[in-house]
Formats: sequence, structure tokens, C-alpha cells
Amino acid sequence: MKSFHLQIVTPDGPCFDAQAEKVVVRSITGDVCIMANHAQYITALGMGQAKVAVAGESQPKTAACIGGMLTVTKNEVRILASTFEWAPDIDKARAQLSKEKAEKALAGQLDPVEKKVQEARLKRAIVRLRVAEQ
Amino acid sequence: MAGASMKDIKNRIKSVESTMQITKAMELVASSKLRKARERVERSRPYFNTMHQALADIAYSNTDFASPFVTPRAVKKTCYVVIAGDRGLAGGYNSNLFKAVAAHMEEKPVCVLPIGKKAVEYCERRGYEILTKEFAVAEEVSISDCFVIAKRLSNGFEQGQFDELYVGYTNFVSMLSQNPAVLKVLPIYYDRTQAKDNGPQSLIIYEPSSEAVYDAIVPEYISGLVYGALCESWASELGARRTAMDAASKNAGEMIEDLNLKYNRARQGAITQEITEIVAGAEQG
Repeated sequence: MKSFHLQIVTPDGPCFDAQAEKVVVRSITGDVCIMANHAQYITALGMGQAKVAVAGESQPKTAACIGGMLTVTKNEVRILASTFEWAPDIDKARAQLSKEKAEKALAGQLDPVEKKVQEARLKRAIVRLRVAEQ
Repeated sequence: MAGASMKDIKNRIKSVESTMQITKAMELVASSKLRKARERVERSRPYFNTMHQALADIAYSNTDFASPFVTPRAVKKTCYVVIAGDRGLAGGYNSNLFKAVAAHMEEKPVCVLPIGKKAVEYCERRGYEILTKEFAVAEEVSISDCFVIAKRLSNGFEQGQFDELYVGYTNFVSMLSQNPAVLKVLPIYYDRTQAKDNGPQSLIIYEPSSEAVYDAIVPEYISGLVYGALCESWASELGARRTAMDAASKNAGEMIEDLNLKYNRARQGAITQEITEIVAGAEQG
């Protein structure tokens, strides 16, 4: 299969920089799959599982990918994610704690802005737990 | 009498010495933390630079671009993010920042989001409307906290809680100089006359639309700005503390020298007096 250069960058530094055959990420409108020779493309990322088929490896790698954007320019794919954690690196205990905290906050009375923040927090925690448990 | 004052001086020297040990230690801690703080900024820079570039590209690539984040509106309320330290003993670091922010606020109706214990205390004292006190420990605010802050701010801006957003922070110029600054964040500066329509060559697909992508990226951009400002401030705080502690250590050193001189003089005096007494006693005998 044809491969392309994939770069994944987060505020904590780069976390992937190699050839890949296929990458699937959750954008704000749904999952998108990028393969080699894709047209020039920009989308914003939502929260969800990302799958990277690394060139030369049989099993795709999974990760929790939250926020940011994906750009394709001249067969170079770049994912700028707020957080990007490979499945084995996810701290399950922390995600669980964060989930419980958000649930507790949502049970009470909140103003609309605060509610959105807590809902996003809950969603992030759920995504991370789901990716970690697969 | 001479013996008592010698003991006093000795005690004084001891206490100044232990103070000097503390200021020395604080200086060393500040320098080593400072290095880490600057590395952290360097690491996060590529991410935010690309983000910023993407925002600019989107905004200027078509002439009919519109987003609530670039549209100025009548200012009824202004929001300030005030980033200060958690502790004192850093020279004029905190007070300089507060002065700069207060001068910028004038008497406008404001709400604030303080970061750092000193900032929370200051805003409470001045009676400002505080959005949240969640981020009272500036040292522990991480990148994910910045995303939470940015989400909250961009939502607040969209829903009309405030119409302008500024960040008050301290710019790290060098080890010896740190300048407080107030940076405008929202609405994002946008010069419509600079926008031009895409030529057929650079056709890029935006999904679902350029506006939607733009609005989704704005919180990331704000969090980048806040994080950058936070790192600058943190580095400035450490720099200011290092300088202050360096001066304190020097003062303590001078003081010890001075006291040592006094101690030796007192000792000399005591010996002379003793000899005089002995000689006088021998003459009498």
C-alpha cells in the first residue's frame, strides 16, 4: 500500500513522525479516513479514537485524540491535537477520576458556560477510558 | 559588658548566616526551575505557531469570511485574565503587574479570571467580578487547564458575557528585566482589506466549512496564548525572584562582614581590658 508522511504534534511536543498508510480520526462532523494522495484538506478535530496504520506494521495503533485540527498539504498529513495519547499510555485512574468529578459537577446546578465545560470534560474522560479499555 | 555584646554579635551573625542560606537556596531553586520553564515554552511552540498560521490562512483566504470571533462589537464588559505568582519574595513582580493591569482597566466594567494566588487575593481585595477561582496555583496550571480556561473564555465571549478579552501577564525579556504587559485576545484582529480570494491552485477543502473550522480552532488558539503568557509569567516570576534573592544574599554577605569586624573589635577590647586589669593587679602586688 502507498504510504505518506504523517506528523502528530501536541503542545507537549511531537509524538509521531513517520510514514503511515492510513489514518482515521474523529473530526467535528464525524470520522474521516485519510490515505495517501489525498486532496488538500483541513478539518477541525472533535474527541474520539484515532487509528494509525503505520507503514510496515500489521496492527494499527490506536490513540485517544482530542481537539485540534488535521491538515493535508501536498501529501503531507499533519495532526495538531490538544492531546494525543496512545492507548497503552493512557492513565486510566486519572481518566476515571476526571469522569467522576465531571459527573458530580453536572449533577448540581450550573450556568450554561460551566455546563458546557463540564460536559466536554466528561466526554474527554469517556473517550480516554474507551480507548484504553479496547 | 564586653562579653555580653560579643555574644549578641555572635548570635546576630548566626541568624544572618541562616537567612543567607535560605536566600541562596531560593536563588538556586529559581534558576533551575527557570531552565525547565523555558524548555516547556520551546516544546509547545511549534504546535501553536502552526495553529496561528492556520487561523490566518483560513481568515485571509476568502473575502466573504465571517466569524463572531473577529467581529468587533459594542463593549459593555471587558474580561481580563490576570496572571501573577503564588508567592511573594520576588521583588516587584506581582505589584508591577497589578499596576499595569489596573492602569489598563481604568474604570471600565470588568470581570477577571485570576491565575495565581496573589492574583486571586488582589482581585478579591479590589472587588472585581471573578469568573472562577479554580486556578489559584499558577505553578500547577497545566496545558489541559489552559484548554479548560480557553473553552470557558470562548464560550463566554460567544454568549455575550463579555465583549473583549485581554490577558495581563509579564513578558520575560531577560534574566534582569521583566515587563508587565496587557495583550488583546478577542476579538481577533482581522483586516478585511488583506483578504483575497483563492486562486484555483491553492484550493483547499474545508470540512464542514471554513467558518466552522475557524470557530473550532479559536479555543485552541486562545489556550495557546494563555499558555504562552503563563509560561512567560512563570519564567518572569522566577527571574525576578532570582534577582531579588541574589541581592538579598549579597546584602547578607555584607552584613556578616560588618558584624565580623564588630565582633573582632569587641573581642580585642575585651582582651585589652583583661590585660590592663592584670597589669594593674601585678603593679599593686
